[in-house]
Amino acid sequence: MMKLLARNRHSVQRLGYGLITLMAMVTVVPIVGTVLFILFKGGSAISWEFLTGFPHDGMRAGGILPAIVGTLYLTIGTAIFSVPLGIAAAIYLSEYASDNRWTRLIRLAIINLAGIPSVVYGLFGLGLFVLFLQFGTSILAASLTLSIMTLPVIISTSEEALRSVPQSFRTVSISLGATRWQTIRRIVLKEALPGILTGVILGLERAAGETAPILFTGAAFFLPRLPQSPFDATMALPYHLFVISTQVPEMPIQIQYGTALVLLIFVLTMNVIATVIRSRARAKRQW
Amino acid sequence: MNKIIIENLSLQYSDGTESLKGISMEIRQNAVTVLFGPAGGGKSTLLRCLNRLNDLTEVRSNSGRILIDGEDILDPKTDVIALRRKVGMVFARPVTLPMSIRENITYGLELAGEKRRAKLNEAVERSLKLAAIWDEVKDRLNEPAIALSGGQQQRVCLARVLALQPEIILLDEPTSGLDPISTGKVEAALYELKKNFTVILVPHSVQQAARTADHAAFFLQGELIEYGDGKKMFTAPKQKKTEDYIMGRFG
Repeated sequence: MMKLLARNRHSVQRLGYGLITLMAMVTVVPIVGTVLFILFKGGSAISWEFLTGFPHDGMRAGGILPAIVGTLYLTIGTAIFSVPLGIAAAIYLSEYASDNRWTRLIRLAIINLAGIPSVVYGLFGLGLFVLFLQFGTSILAASLTLSIMTLPVIISTSEEALRSVPQSFRTVSISLGATRWQTIRRIVLKEALPGILTGVILGLERAAGETAPILFTGAAFFLPRLPQSPFDATMALPYHLFVISTQVPEMPIQIQYGTALVLLIFVLTMNVIATVIRSRARAKRQW
Repeated sequence: MNKIIIENLSLQYSDGTESLKGISMEIRQNAVTVLFGPAGGGKSTLLRCLNRLNDLTEVRSNSGRILIDGEDILDPKTDVIALRRKVGMVFARPVTLPMSIRENITYGLELAGEKRRAKLNEAVERSLKLAAIWDEVKDRLNEPAIALSGGQQQRVCLARVLALQPEIILLDEPTSGLDPISTGKVEAALYELKKNFTVILVPHSVQQAARTADHAAFFLQGELIEYGDGKKMFTAPKQKKTEDYIMGRFG
């Protein structure tokens, strides 16, 4: 009887283990499936002309250069605003702020900022940057809108990275006559940098792939030339994909999937860079 | 000569834990003064008052005075950066900073604005020799300090403090994580150091206290129970509580 029960327990254990493994493997299916599907459908569209040419024939032919360049500009613009602000905020929260009502309010704001749907950011950007501050539909307005959306990601991952630097380093540094800022600059930031970079890239990657926030603030349906200043509107990969998938009749399907593939590669490349930075830093870490 | 005069020092942390209750004592120059007693007695707290490291901790109340060379260092106007260069500290766990051995030693000097290479090199060699670690690391100064053994790291930590040419050295159980051989080396270094420095040591055992103390102070639950000559303290203590602790009846 006891033997039977024991064997039963073993098979339950094995069954449970198998189920959990299966679940874990299932999570891989969507990502691999998506990538393969897009690659299969859009791979044939990729050519030098596609990557460096302008669209023509009502976007039904030609390349997507302005959308690629536009997404690059928007990503850089977002980085210019969100990275310094985000890191500064993270340093304040991790190194200077004490736990009081004021900092709890800041944290609450950041958490809620992360939960706002992206289309709401778009409307907010339209109201504040495009109309009220009169930046117009422009790279500037779109970058600022994307920055607000990216901030919570950068702040929370940077704060996490700063907090993971051992407290003893700070104590030792202070005991050797360092000021708090010298300690942060020479020890804490240096050690937290890989973690911060990872957060920054992940945040920017999300910004690069978003459509809704730039919809009303900076994205153009079609432009015959590349943007010349931050006050120009721009084409962008995600919005271009939306346009050619829904707004243009008789659109060749390769171009749609080709555009999706370029966007996917853009975003996945950033992801891979972030992963490499993180794993390198982990291997090198001395504590 | 008295280097430090502590007058009626009381301190309480905001969570109500370990505190000091009206401590008054004088600490002699060029000698090893040992603060010993069971955990939670206030020894570390007192050390951290002497270089104002307690500024980093939430303290509920703080009263009394600490005079170093006649100046009250608890005065809010005190230049704490200069104070910490003058009063160096070695911690219980050897914490080398995440950089090379050489950079660990020059860190404090560079913060103080020293840029001359010759001066920095001279400080590296002098302080590593004083801490009795020079021969072991002289060929690998550019390697990460973390690669050293615990005992070696702790002597690098001591050298890092010595590089700043402090006048007072605080050691908070500096050998608690070390093997007997490394401990011996650190203690031997201390013996040399007291010729030129004022050394205040929280030992990790009564035996170490007895071995190293020129003067000894017995702390129990935030109170200074007995303070006097080291030899007499460990052979003929005056207080019953001190005797009980030394004999191992509690602690």
